[in-house]
Amino acid sequence: MLSFNLLVTFCLGYVALLFVVAFVAEKRAQAGRLGWLRSPWIYTLSLSIYCTAWTFYGAVGYAARSGLEFVTIYLGPTLVMLGWWALLRKLVRIGRSQRITSIADLISSRYGKSNLLGVLVTLLAVVGTTPYIALQLQSVTLSFAVFARDTHVIAPEAWAFSDLNATALWVAAGLALFTVIFGTRNLDVNERHHGVVTAIALEAVVKLVALLTVGIFVVWGAAAGPADIFARIEASPIAQWQTGGGRWVTLTFLSAAALICLPRMFHVMVVENADERHLATASWAFPLYLFLMSLFVVPIAVVGLDVLPEGANPDLFVLTVPLAYDRGALAMLSFLGGFSSATSMVIVAAIALSTMVSNHIVMPIWLNAVRGRATFSGDVRKVVLRSRRLSIAGLLVLGYLYYRVSGGGEALAAIGLISFTGLAQVLPALLGGIFWRGATRMGAAAGLGLGFAIWIYTMLLPGFGETVLMPAQVLADGPWGAGWLRPQALFGIGTMDPVVHAVFWSMSVNTVAFVLGSLLSFPSPLERLQGADFVNIYRYGAGTRGWASHLAEAEDLLVMAQRILGAAEAQALFQDAAARQGKQGYLPDVTPEFLDRLERELAGSVGAATAHAMLGQITGGAAVSVEELMRVADETAQIMEYSSQLEAKSAELGRTARQLRDANEKLTQLSVQKDAFLSQISHELRTPMTSIRSFSEILRDGERIGPDDRARYSSIIHDEAQRLTRLLDDLLDLSVLESGQGALNEQPASLHDIVDRALAVTAGRGARLRVERDGNDRIALQTDPDRLAQVFINLIANAEKYCDAAAPVLRISVREGPGAVSIDFADNGSGIPKDSQAVIFEKFSRLSDTRAAGGAGLGLAICREIMTRLGGQIGYLPGQGGAAFRVTLPRRAADAA
Amino acid sequence: MSPAAGPVYLERRSYRRRRLADAARLLPVLGTGLFAFPLLWGGGAAGSTALRGLYLFAVWGALILAGGLISRRLVRSEPSDDSG
Repeated sequence: MLSFNLLVTFCLGYVALLFVVAFVAEKRAQAGRLGWLRSPWIYTLSLSIYCTAWTFYGAVGYAARSGLEFVTIYLGPTLVMLGWWALLRKLVRIGRSQRITSIADLISSRYGKSNLLGVLVTLLAVVGTTPYIALQLQSVTLSFAVFARDTHVIAPEAWAFSDLNATALWVAAGLALFTVIFGTRNLDVNERHHGVVTAIALEAVVKLVALLTVGIFVVWGAAAGPADIFARIEASPIAQWQTGGGRWVTLTFLSAAALICLPRMFHVMVVENADERHLATASWAFPLYLFLMSLFVVPIAVVGLDVLPEGANPDLFVLTVPLAYDRGALAMLSFLGGFSSATSMVIVAAIALSTMVSNHIVMPIWLNAVRGRATFSGDVRKVVLRSRRLSIAGLLVLGYLYYRVSGGGEALAAIGLISFTGLAQVLPALLGGIFWRGATRMGAAAGLGLGFAIWIYTMLLPGFGETVLMPAQVLADGPWGAGWLRPQALFGIGTMDPVVHAVFWSMSVNTVAFVLGSLLSFPSPLERLQGADFVNIYRYGAGTRGWASHLAEAEDLLVMAQRILGAAEAQALFQDAAARQGKQGYLPDVTPEFLDRLERELAGSVGAATAHAMLGQITGGAAVSVEELMRVADETAQIMEYSSQLEAKSAELGRTARQLRDANEKLTQLSVQKDAFLSQISHELRTPMTSIRSFSEILRDGERIGPDDRARYSSIIHDEAQRLTRLLDDLLDLSVLESGQGALNEQPASLHDIVDRALAVTAGRGARLRVERDGNDRIALQTDPDRLAQVFINLIANAEKYCDAAAPVLRISVREGPGAVSIDFADNGSGIPKDSQAVIFEKFSRLSDTRAAGGAGLGLAICREIMTRLGGQIGYLPGQGGAAFRVTLPRRAADAA
Repeated sequence: MSPAAGPVYLERRSYRRRRLADAARLLPVLGTGLFAFPLLWGGGAAGSTALRGLYLFAVWGALILAGGLISRRLVRSEPSDDSG
């Protein structure tokens, strides 16, 4: 017999293994080596969180009570998966193209990014999932109790109640820790958690192997093969078929709905999906998994009923049958299988629900609380992550409390069905949303609300038995003695099975209200756009365009996006968008297309409704244009094609015109500046020339000049000549660089040393500038250190000259990207006005006429030429709170070193 | 480029592919029918758990096999246009 301590040790070792697996997977994903992490098999295995402890322990218990009825719970999902081409493929496509983060987000996004619906679905999910989490805690503690008692007779009450509670508490705390660490590690724009998915895939294998091993032992070890098992089934108490047609069909329907509507299933199936083709494999591999999980359920149940004494808990047969035959190791494996089923469900459910709670409840409240400032101050990512961590902890506390309050007495199957029915209420709004353009927010809210209420009244509250909320008198006679309102016999029809009764009434009222509400109400323009995009997802591909353009400044948007997506990601996004418009730099034109793309990227992090609201704060609200409504209204494909061609052409024309305008503006500006420069350069050349001439005349003609004056005059002549030389040197340098002459002196060098050198040179000039450096610059480079130092010196000198802050500070930060090293020089001054940003790198450009600066406007032009020769770039980096320049060096040079 | 005026007669491969997609859509309908069939058997000898269990698992396995064949072919013949 296995000792209890050994069991606990095994259990902790297994948990440690899960941590390691999740950690390694996360590391691999971070390094970009996804490989097998994104295989269809991992995807299929991750779907297996459908099989919770309810399957692992409960299915056998269910079979021992009602025969084959348990199998309906797996037939429904099988049918849905086999029909993947019609439903799931569309759902996954919508989820990917609209950046859906949860099922609440899907409903909210479809019905005009409605917050009300998001909150409603979130509440439903929390209420429906809490009992389920409690169920998992209960099953783990019960299985612990089996070993603690060290006996075949299962009587959980015999184990000290406080010990059970302590176990449940420890399990809940451990799960919360795991989920917080791997589920809220970062705010990924795709909401993918490679660590978690890999860990639950491993758990899926463990539970399948465990159940199969127990099954094989039962058939060929305990019984004498399949024929014997067949005979035993015929002789068992469950030999006769007991299920009525209504119950059979209802349960199959419920489980089919649950596969789509359960928040955790939606999360692994749609949100974590990396490739649509994985669905094709899962469409038959997942039913196969369910098939194997169910294969030995009836044999185990029959042998359990046969071997174990009367009154043994059938929910624990998977554990107690091996124990009855004194197979400690087998029981151990089976225990780990049950443990895996429970933990993987809780982890994914907690992640899915915390995303919903933070995106649909916390974020809207927070946005309201800091109205207007949200987009400019504070790190939004921190708020989101913190709210998710708190929600995860909160959910597990709720689950634990439910476990404590309910006392954990009910059969596992009952709780599972209550939960399934609750979440199935989302089904009409979901299916209507993706197949029927006429579905409206009013209809969805009415259907969901009524279905939710009826479910609570007919199923959830009676499920607790007699409580304060549902006294025995109401259960028996209806509220206020109104018999036709009895919770389990609405309209006096008391002959229905309670589950069928609740499902029938809640789903029919839900569907009728949804359809009637949709038919009678009128949708808002945004709703119609979203509806068309969802229903015709294969035809359009492109998303909604709901933004009026030119109301927002690109720089404001960049500042906000940096707070949500992170600086590097947001800058990359803006740069890419600008490049697509044929522009350089980080600031694209604020077109409706760009706003739409930005909104979808933000929605991937904080949900559609919140992203919409945040953009609305900056752009002053969304407006749907006539063209977009026409896009929806036009039914005939011909007009659509024609208009889309026109649209494409006019977009192209617009782009070309914009480029021409930009080029023209630049040319005019340069021509003006060239004139100014010519007069300035003549002036610069003339001033020293004049003084050289006059002082040399004085020296030539004056006989009575003292030695002191002579020395002074000649030093003036010398200084002025030097100034001339410097100016001419700069011009020469630039022309050499531009013509591509002059070899580079490339050699291995340390970036740190080069920055040091540049700082040493500039420090000599009585600097009032304070320089802050991060420590990331210990990077080996293969470059021309003199030329690179020249660039740095120029940038530092510029900050010194032009930074107009009272206490000027220059921040030098270094970042290593995959292909390049970038060095940012950002000061805290007022920065460079947007219209000047385009010309600062041109020759002869000087922003102010302050002669104090003393340069001829060649410094940045030289820098740009040098960087081009070195194979890198220099550019102005907007949105950093002051003037900021980014120097980028290619990494290949460094590798060669 | 033109989703509107698709050709009236499709070439053989696209035609096969569309029928394959039809089969994929109809498979769950067939499954529903087969899974509900035992409800009509009534009691007696045919009503035993063991027999019905054998029937259900056999149907289940066959459906998985069919689903696997169809989905593999669908993915392999995936064209650029998947509006089917």
